Amino acid sequence: MPAQPEPPVGCMPMTKLKVLEAVAVSHYFDVSRPFLQRVFTREPRRMLRAVDDVSFAIAPGTTFALVGESGCGKSTIARLAVGLYAATDGDILFENQPLSSARAQPALRRRMNMIFQDPYASLNPRWRVTDIVAEPIRAFKLATGSADIQARVGALLAQVSLTPRDGEKYPHEFSGGQRQRISIARALASEPDFLVCDEPTSALDVSVQAQILNLMRDLQQRLGLTYLFISHNLAVVRHMADRLGVMYLGRIVEQGPAEAIFRAPRHPYTRLLLDAIPDLEQVGRARTPVGGELPSPIAPPPGCAFHPRCPLANARCRVEKPAHTTAGDVQVACHAVAEGRDA
Amino acid sequence: MALLEVQDLTVEFPGRRGTLRALDKVSFNIEAGEILGVVGESGAGKSLTGAAIVGLLERPGRIAGGQVRFDGQRIDNLPPEPMRRLRGRRIGMIFQDPLTTLNPLYTIGRQLTETMQTHARLSDAEARTKAIGWLDRVGIPAAAHRIDAYPHEFSGGQRQRVVIALALCADPVLVIADEPTTALDVSIQAQIITLLKDLTRDHGTAVMLVTHDMGVIAETADRVAVMYAGRIAEIGPVAAVIRHPAHPYSDGLMASIPSLEHRVDRLRQIDGAMPRLDAIPNGCRFNPRCPRVFDRCRQEQPELLDAGATRAACWLHAHD
Repeated sequence: MPAQPEPPVGCMPMTKLKVLEAVAVSHYFDVSRPFLQRVFTREPRRMLRAVDDVSFAIAPGTTFALVGESGCGKSTIARLAVGLYAATDGDILFENQPLSSARAQPALRRRMNMIFQDPYASLNPRWRVTDIVAEPIRAFKLATGSADIQARVGALLAQVSLTPRDGEKYPHEFSGGQRQRISIARALASEPDFLVCDEPTSALDVSVQAQILNLMRDLQQRLGLTYLFISHNLAVVRHMADRLGVMYLGRIVEQGPAEAIFRAPRHPYTRLLLDAIPDLEQVGRARTPVGGELPSPIAPPPGCAFHPRCPLANARCRVEKPAHTTAGDVQVACHAVAEGRDA
Repeated sequence: MALLEVQDLTVEFPGRRGTLRALDKVSFNIEAGEILGVVGESGAGKSLTGAAIVGLLERPGRIAGGQVRFDGQRIDNLPPEPMRRLRGRRIGMIFQDPLTTLNPLYTIGRQLTETMQTHARLSDAEARTKAIGWLDRVGIPAAAHRIDAYPHEFSGGQRQRVVIALALCADPVLVIADEPTTALDVSIQAQIITLLKDLTRDHGTAVMLVTHDMGVIAETADRVAVMYAGRIAEIGPVAAVIRHPAHPYSDGLMASIPSLEHRVDRLRQIDGAMPRLDAIPNGCRFNPRCPRVFDRCRQEQPELLDAGATRAACWLHAHD
């Protein structure tokens, strides 16, 4: 694989260089009842559209973040991005090669890894930390001989501010933040360029979260890593993301440079999310909460899925699915924005 | 006289390797109509404080010292039966996990009416009307229709709102809410926060709001207590604690929270982790992680001292 050249200053990152690209990706889960029951009750098959026609691209060395509430499909995208799920429709490209063949290509597979949300469930409690971190090294045969492997594990642990001696311990001897450091060390063991981080700090306390976020930023700068960062916490996303996609019921409703979206959110859902977050700067503010629930992704509302909760919805929104319109570098899927009704 | 007065509350867990002191001389008051936020990292003792107040400490935990006064009456030494009557009627409780709070075998209507009828004389029809009213207030759509549904038929967010209705339906004067919005999405969380605030405003209900989310506290609470390793590190009006924290721990905690308003290159981090209960350092419990530590901090444990607008357990504010 030739080395990626640095993007020239002022160049649109979307145009050429991308580590990961999703092209009109959909992923459906079959949630139908068992076959016989379906036949007797004459029920049709039921599909849950977890991810519906999603496209994005991530430039090397940058962080693309996905935010949304529970059930919006962000974790499904995380799994699609590392090939844990195969897309029902559309393509995931890793450096322009389709990912569906990743299973057959360990060389491709080595270059991506994942950090999970729960540092208590994602580490095998029966293994010593050394073995946990060494597993990718052994699996991809990146080093041979135990002395060599030990040296690599020690270096990896040092990289995440643990000591090589910590390798002798078991996961239960560590706090949540330290375990997440072990997860990161394991993820880095295969020397990947691309990491998928699925809510890496949401199980942690805020002061520990700050440690982990700082560590992830340091590692990104030092190793030139590319992140797909999944979170429901907009403040964390703001801190980490270069580009941002806001998801609602399986679709990206708004995406673009994070700064632009935080400065001037266009989609009514993005505005709702930003408005709903309690913030330290707003002591004792009075608010007008937005009513309504997240609809079920099994039977999403027709037209724009957000229309039952949207203050700007009209007749068109109830029947016609909005396409993405591009304004500057930001893409928004909203009729009201496209028609200029959002002022 | 405050509605709830907690004085030097100490909770211990006797064990084979000695007794662990999980709460150490915690003192605070809550006035009627006031929301007191209690924040801290996991293991700081915030949930335990709530549980100790309402007599729901899990064995072998026990109150080893101090007192709790509710409406002038001492409640930390009440026998189980009077305590049970107090809970639910005059002190409502909201726990984090809505699945374990609701009985899966009864409809939510039955659980609500039963709670109300246990604590007040109400006919079945009256209780049902009131129950529908409560479901409506906590934002359950089509409440009159949904009242006969079972807990599993509701989404997680809705279930949590049913739990809140259940805690409030007997018109308690004090509500202890332990992470009431943690399992909820932000848009639902905003609805619940508004509900709690309306309640204190309209009914004069006092709320002890236990959460790890500073943002929720900032928006909801009147005063806030910051807990660290079983003690209150700082307590004071919410604006003062957030904008001008006097304790180095609260200061670090505020600075480590990423902000929506502006982006910084690095978050300020507090290195290390909170000590375990069996390894509490001498002197101030925060001293090994404190950027402003000096000799006295390593030897003497500070009590809450006046620190301008707030009170902080920190020797920086000693004036002797």
